Amino acid sequence: MLTKKRSIFTLLLVCTMALLLVGCGGGEQKSEEDAAAKQEQDEQMKVGFIYVGPTGDAGWTYAHDQGRKYLQEQMPDVDASYYMENVEEGAASESYIQQLVQEGSDLIFTTSFGYMDSTIKVAERNKDVVFMHNSGYKTSENVGNYFGRMYQARYLSGIVAGKQTEKDLIGYVAAYPIPEVIRGINAFTLGVRSVNPDAEVRVVWTNTWYDPVKEKDAAKALLDEGCDVITQHQDTPGPMQAAEERGAYGIGYNSDMSDMAPKAVLTSAVWNWGPYYVDTVKAVKEGTWESNSYWGGLGDGIVGLAPYGDMVPEETKELVEAKKQEIINGEWDVFTGPIKDQNGDVKVAEGEKLTDKQMLEMEWFVEGVLGNIGNEK
Amino acid sequence: METSILIALMATAITAGTAILFASLGEIFTERVGILNLGAEGMMLVGAVTGFMVAFKTGNPWLGAAASMMAGGAMAAIHAILTVTFQANHVVSGLALTIFGTGLSGYLGKSYIGQPLPNPFKPEKLGVLGDIPVIGPILFQQDALVYLSFILVPLAWFYIFHTKMGLNLRSVGENPGAADSLGVSVSKTRYLYTIIGGMLAGLGGAYLSLAYAPSWMENMTAGRGWIAVALVIFATWNPLYALVGAYMFGGIDALGFRMQIIDLQIPSYFLSMLPYICTILILIITTYRARKSGIGAPKALGVSYDREDR
Repeated sequence: MLTKKRSIFTLLLVCTMALLLVGCGGGEQKSEEDAAAKQEQDEQMKVGFIYVGPTGDAGWTYAHDQGRKYLQEQMPDVDASYYMENVEEGAASESYIQQLVQEGSDLIFTTSFGYMDSTIKVAERNKDVVFMHNSGYKTSENVGNYFGRMYQARYLSGIVAGKQTEKDLIGYVAAYPIPEVIRGINAFTLGVRSVNPDAEVRVVWTNTWYDPVKEKDAAKALLDEGCDVITQHQDTPGPMQAAEERGAYGIGYNSDMSDMAPKAVLTSAVWNWGPYYVDTVKAVKEGTWESNSYWGGLGDGIVGLAPYGDMVPEETKELVEAKKQEIINGEWDVFTGPIKDQNGDVKVAEGEKLTDKQMLEMEWFVEGVLGNIGNEK
Repeated sequence: METSILIALMATAITAGTAILFASLGEIFTERVGILNLGAEGMMLVGAVTGFMVAFKTGNPWLGAAASMMAGGAMAAIHAILTVTFQANHVVSGLALTIFGTGLSGYLGKSYIGQPLPNPFKPEKLGVLGDIPVIGPILFQQDALVYLSFILVPLAWFYIFHTKMGLNLRSVGENPGAADSLGVSVSKTRYLYTIIGGMLAGLGGAYLSLAYAPSWMENMTAGRGWIAVALVIFATWNPLYALVGAYMFGGIDALGFRMQIIDLQIPSYFLSMLPYICTILILIITTYRARKSGIGAPKALGVSYDREDR
């Protein structure tokens, strides 16, 4: 009898604990405002964010959260303090997005590809709220989407790498063989070979976005192979740290990674969501917002390069600056022919340029990439 | 493959496997006394963040490692209270602790993200040993925590299988009733080794944040606590096999990357599956062997002990 009572008590205790913990573990929701400001809040415009990772991933979600902080700084009259971290992608995200609506959000940014269908669904039910989905392709009356032409920044970082490499072999730690990643690898390689036609880019797939140990191991394998510059399409600075330890160079991604590997990082290809968030919030506030698909580039400042390390020579910086201006002025873009694929066949003829659609569906490697996508057969 | 690449591969396997090795050693102690601890992942994370915070503040990685063990031990103490004293379900308590540890470590570590550790554990050549061809670069050009694991594994093995204390701890896991009747305190023993297990899991986490990375990132263990739990079965609750298994798990990733580099036309997805395919194969082999030779899980694993029920 005693045992039974005790086990019921324990079960209750464990359940309560589990509930409490689930509450603070997954889909955490935070408010930085205190209760005193509550009344003021009611009239304030509220902006909510859904994040796929922790704000401390030093990568993708970190960059979005920096954007949120920038927004709050630039527009103190808007309440941008609501965000949820570690929200699972897919159908499960629906209730989290709905919860942000319930909190009174007027505008919600859902910052990962896997929230696309949930965003559309929640938007269907809440016509008075504006939704912005990141990196997808669906829109509706009150859902827009936004992304950035990271490939342009990748191309520029490729120039830096191509100038820096002595062994003419550069390692690329890549997450998954999907168009977004492939596009980045191609753009980077084109950048490398624009200044160093003999150089090649060796790709290794990790099949994970976020695993510091695995990413670092992948970089080590590339360094063992003789690569002297490492870049990455991953969300942790692991590859940069590997480069630092071996005295090699690195080019970071997502946000400025020079803090993590000061001797290695030449520059980083970075996201800068802040200004776009400010523009969008302003448009919604003033009632001028209309559903659209936004794919901003270097000119909009949504992508760019982080400050250079000391080891980058002036000559390289000038080369990059010149190309950057060409891209910003619209005189030239990265995927302008002639471009050959890995087999040496011309994929983009001279004078031609890939359309946005072709870029978004890219599933082939340019000449100079060593590695395979896995769809050959 | 050239020798130099093979050496590098094996050295990487050891560094990549050490975090898992510490955690599995801990889990072996815990399961040997009959407590199933699925909270290893959470304990690793809390250990990693505590270790990092202390090492960052004091500049001394050894203090960090010590703190990580205390933090891991404290987490394990919660597990012991729930499972030993309150006789709660081991699985539920362990899962809750993993979720708790993930959240807590994220919360504690917020301001340490992206900060480089000023004085991490660095690879150091171990005197003359480091100069031995082939073996030197693989085994003796590692960091201090790896050397510690080299010492810890045979010690743990000797302790568990060749001392009276070890016999007591095993008997508590196999037949707590019998152990009790012989004057071994079941709950004290279970508390002790559950906490020791947590301390080792914490140290495993600290290996990532103080030596491997060395920095703090949320959820940086990325599932290694779970691999450690699986590894214990692989190792048939024997520390020596755990060493082999941990290095194999560490090495398979590294091998996969190198296979990609030498352009073996194997899809990367298949290579990523390799560790898991190996786990399944080894599970089959161990289960088969267990049936034949009687080596298997401690009989009282996951079963709470109550004197009155005896």
